[in-house]
Amino acid sequence: MRRFEYARPRTPQEAVDLVAGSDDAAFLAGGSNLVDHLKVGIASPGVLVDVGGLGLDRVEETDGGLRIGAGVRNSDLAAHPVVRSRYAVLARSLLAGASAQIRHQATTAGNLLQRTRCVYFYDATTPCNKREPGTGCSAVDGYQRYNAILGASAACVTVHPSDLAVGLAVLDATVEVLGPDGARTLPLADLHRLPGDSPEQDTTLAHGELITAVTVPRLPEGAVSTYYKARDRASYAFALVSVAAVVAGDEVRVAWGGVAHRPWRATVLEEALRGGPLDEETVRAACLEELAPATTGPGTAFKLEMVTGATAMVLTDLAGRAR
Amino acid sequence: MSDDLRIKEIGMERSRVEGALKVTGRAPYAMEHGAGHGVQEPLHAFLVGSTVSRGRVLAVHADEVRGSEDVVAVLDHTNAPRLADTDDEEYAVLQDDEVHFRGQVVALVLATTSEAAREGARRVRVEYAAEPGEHVFDEDSEGDEPEKLNAGLPPSGSTGEPDLALASATHVLDETYRTPYMHNNPMEPHATTALWDLGPDGAELRCFDSTQAAHSVRSTLARLFGIEAGRVHVEASHVGGGFGSKGLPHAHNVVAVLAARSQPGRWVRLAVTRQQMFALTGYRTATISRFRLGAGPDGVLGVISHDVVEQTSRCKEFAEQTVAPTRHVYAAPNRRTSTRLVRLDVAVPSWMRAPGEMPGSFAQEAAMDELADLVGLDPIELRRRNEPEADPETGKSFGDRRLLECFDRGAERFGWSERGPARSRLEGDWYVGLGTAASVYPAYTQPGNQARVLAEPGGYRVEIGAVDIGTGARTVLRQIAADALDVDLDAIDLRLGSSDLPIASVAGGSSGTSSWGWAIVAASRTFRAQHGTSPEPGDESVAGPPKKPVDEDYALHSFGAQFVEARVNRFTGEVRVPRMLGVFSVGRVVNPKLARSQLVGGMTMGLSTALFEESWRDPRFGHVVTDDLATYHVATHADVRDIEAAWLDESDHRANPMGLRGIGEIGITGAGAAVASAVTNATGVRQRSIPVTPDKALGWE
Ligand SMILES: Cc1cc2nc3c(=O)[nH]c(=O)nc-3n(C[C@H](O)[C@H](O)[C@H](O)COP(=O)(O)OP(=O)(O)OC[C@H]3O[C@@H](n4cnc5c(N)ncnc54)[C@H](O)[C@@H]3O)c2cc1C
Ligand code: SF4
Repeated sequence: MRRFEYARPRTPQEAVDLVAGSDDAAFLAGGSNLVDHLKVGIASPGVLVDVGGLGLDRVEETDGGLRIGAGVRNSDLAAHPVVRSRYAVLARSLLAGASAQIRHQATTAGNLLQRTRCVYFYDATTPCNKREPGTGCSAVDGYQRYNAILGASAACVTVHPSDLAVGLAVLDATVEVLGPDGARTLPLADLHRLPGDSPEQDTTLAHGELITAVTVPRLPEGAVSTYYKARDRASYAFALVSVAAVVAGDEVRVAWGGVAHRPWRATVLEEALRGGPLDEETVRAACLEELAPATTGPGTAFKLEMVTGATAMVLTDLAGRAR
Repeated sequence: MSDDLRIKEIGMERSRVEGALKVTGRAPYAMEHGAGHGVQEPLHAFLVGSTVSRGRVLAVHADEVRGSEDVVAVLDHTNAPRLADTDDEEYAVLQDDEVHFRGQVVALVLATTSEAAREGARRVRVEYAAEPGEHVFDEDSEGDEPEKLNAGLPPSGSTGEPDLALASATHVLDETYRTPYMHNNPMEPHATTALWDLGPDGAELRCFDSTQAAHSVRSTLARLFGIEAGRVHVEASHVGGGFGSKGLPHAHNVVAVLAARSQPGRWVRLAVTRQQMFALTGYRTATISRFRLGAGPDGVLGVISHDVVEQTSRCKEFAEQTVAPTRHVYAAPNRRTSTRLVRLDVAVPSWMRAPGEMPGSFAQEAAMDELADLVGLDPIELRRRNEPEADPETGKSFGDRRLLECFDRGAERFGWSERGPARSRLEGDWYVGLGTAASVYPAYTQPGNQARVLAEPGGYRVEIGAVDIGTGARTVLRQIAADALDVDLDAIDLRLGSSDLPIASVAGGSSGTSSWGWAIVAASRTFRAQHGTSPEPGDESVAGPPKKPVDEDYALHSFGAQFVEARVNRFTGEVRVPRMLGVFSVGRVVNPKLARSQLVGGMTMGLSTALFEESWRDPRFGHVVTDDLATYHVATHADVRDIEAAWLDESDHRANPMGLRGIGEIGITGAGAAVASAVTNATGVRQRSIPVTPDKALGWE
């Protein structure tokens, strides 16, 4: 039997010290991702530091918007009255994820830091650079359906599975972090990274850095937002592609999920659509520009059509409601 | 035949006898037998699967694991007990160093806790001499013709001059239809709790097993381990589904007993994980069907030709009878079927709900739907024009074939007349279409069943070694017994789920209620003849139906018509099925509540296979990588909307004394084709393969 230590610190600093002090330690939140990894043998930390008792489970309204504790359960956040009334994209991205049972267990930070669902990452009998650097990537020429079409590298072609991350990306959220060297904040856009040569690294966080909160700025007056997830079945499936969008006056913001190793802010598209009409044809043309650098294989070619269609559907609908 | 069987309890809506036990968690499944059932301090086994698809095991490095805390033993091919019979390669586990497919059991760790066993298994290091394996096939693969298909059917057949007739047909359809690899995925993974007991007069083997056939597990284990069948006791009181994957024993049954055999007197528990099920407990082969139909100007078929390519494991043959439905559904003077089987270094396929009938009916019904378009006929009208007088294959009468009545009733109820031309209905963002297809399934009754009737104070104990896999068999057999003995339902104590009870056939082939029910009727009649209507407690009779129970003058089948409304999002291709209706002709329905569950369940599984299910085998490695319920998609609640099953009020006296024809599998046949037909009607993109995923629905693929 593989034994590990279990620690339940009372303060964020204690938690950081515990993890930073040992290469072999990991934070444990809801456990809905990490415990699976323990069972399958993908992760085998010697110390599990439970972050459930750190008091990070509050949602606060601030001058600038919302401050969401790292430990807030996905289901609680989705049901929060302010989230429901002002941040439709956030509520919908949460509710599009997993199942009710898992959302009760999953936390804000845990959701953002969940690891890929690439089938080869989960199958320890196959090569995977993310799981075992240097072994190769089985997905490039293998099961491609859930692979990236943007920003992939020869070393890794998987996507980030989180829906919440895509919702937060379009809201220009900021992440608050406490680390061995003190506290810092970073834009959510900088939290996840592209795989490059080191796909084993999902994010820009250093070992021992603890996410304490995520802050979301207020949306402009009259803004409308939504999240649409296209998937293989109606519920309980990861995104083939997803679209988070905000329309506020002349401003159009779009983030895509299911297409890259991180939430994909469609900045080229945003620029192309700024101030212009949001009819289907224009939106499709803007998607084409955004997708210019896309690379696809036989198993992913459809994503070009699908993400374009989904974006056109979402933006024409929001445009109608924003008027 | 049904003349003298009372029909009073039969036909009544009754809830499952064990329903309350199940929903309160008190019904013990194979892994849940503990001290209360005599299972003291069991050992836990965890399997190690091969990571190559072909080759030899050179060495199993497990010294460190053997020495670790809580580990009791590590078995591999060098030290596992020997089997008495190793002819069947699927069952000859840990008997030699040969690897036939990836995921094959190459070692097993026994420990005092399940965690230690699992961790031990992770640390066992196996060295192989690997050889390149073959893992894929396509329509051009050579293959060969198997001697027989599953169910003993011939692989090919021909009447008339199909090629000549095709050349002169007005309308010719020549298309290829595909179904993917599928895994049964019952809710409860396979599991066995076993004890090899060294009693004073020899070994006794006891198993709590998750199986559809306690008796066949018993006879198989007895043969493999070389002990008398009477010394093997297999119990399966509750089983969480099987869909055919528990119809035959698989490698895990053998391995659990090997482990128990190596630790006499000690109970051993073996649970197959969901991921391991994808390699070890059977699956449905992918199928490629080339369909050629030739029709006259009026759509009347002159030719039906169906050529199938499919695969099996090189180490054990299982030939899905994909051509079977083609032989019985539509009339045509010129007909041909053929099967080519490709042998690969892959896991062993086996039964999955409606073997052959499901993929075959998809191909045939999708082809008929396409032909209707070609001829310019309504799909139901095309079927009406090709309704056979007698079974096209055998020339025998169907007895009571009411397929067209199913279509007509369904069409009216579903609003079929609202169906427009392809891609003619756009509602909001969704294309809307309607589709239909025929369902068909043979009425099987298995020979050799027996039941016991025993008088007790105040009632009767009725015993049969059948298994209730969640279908409600316990409940309907009790109803049949009450009528057969002409007593109240309360007077019947129905026992099943053990190989120590009279011999019973598998819960499979939709044959359970017919085969076991008939045995109960026969035993009841014998009992009355021997002991009269006022027996003494202790009086008993054991009997079964006549040796060849089925009336061989008829080609008995159940029929049905399925209707589907499909909506396809014009932006994303996502498919939703808001409505589905099946109208079935299945003979007499013993219990409407449970029958509805079976039919709706079959249709739901059909919907699931039509839209989602696919085991994606990696061509390089040779194993399925979508091997859990997050990646092998089965329909969720949100996918299953309004599904309705209806049936004709009838009784088929040719089938058996109860007048029933079986309902377990027919619901899955035709469902896929009906969905594909509806999606085609919605989008105008012809669907020739399942699953109809969003990319296919709009033709992006
Ligand atoms: C079958 C299934 C389907 C799913 N479907 C979806 C889906 O459709 N969409 C979706 O978005 N998600 C889906 N999920 C994933 C689910 O959302 C995640 O498992 C969950 O959000 C993880 O949260 P947790 O709190 O349980 O994290 P944990 O499992 O506890 O932790 C996850 C990771 O985050 C780290 N961590 C946790 N908290 C902190 C912190 N405060 N600071 C630093 N590191 C931290 C842990 O060390 C670990 O590496 C699915 C999961 C399953 C099992
Ligand atoms: S895509 Fe990434 S996660 Fe998947 S096999 Fe390749 S390296 Fe591993």
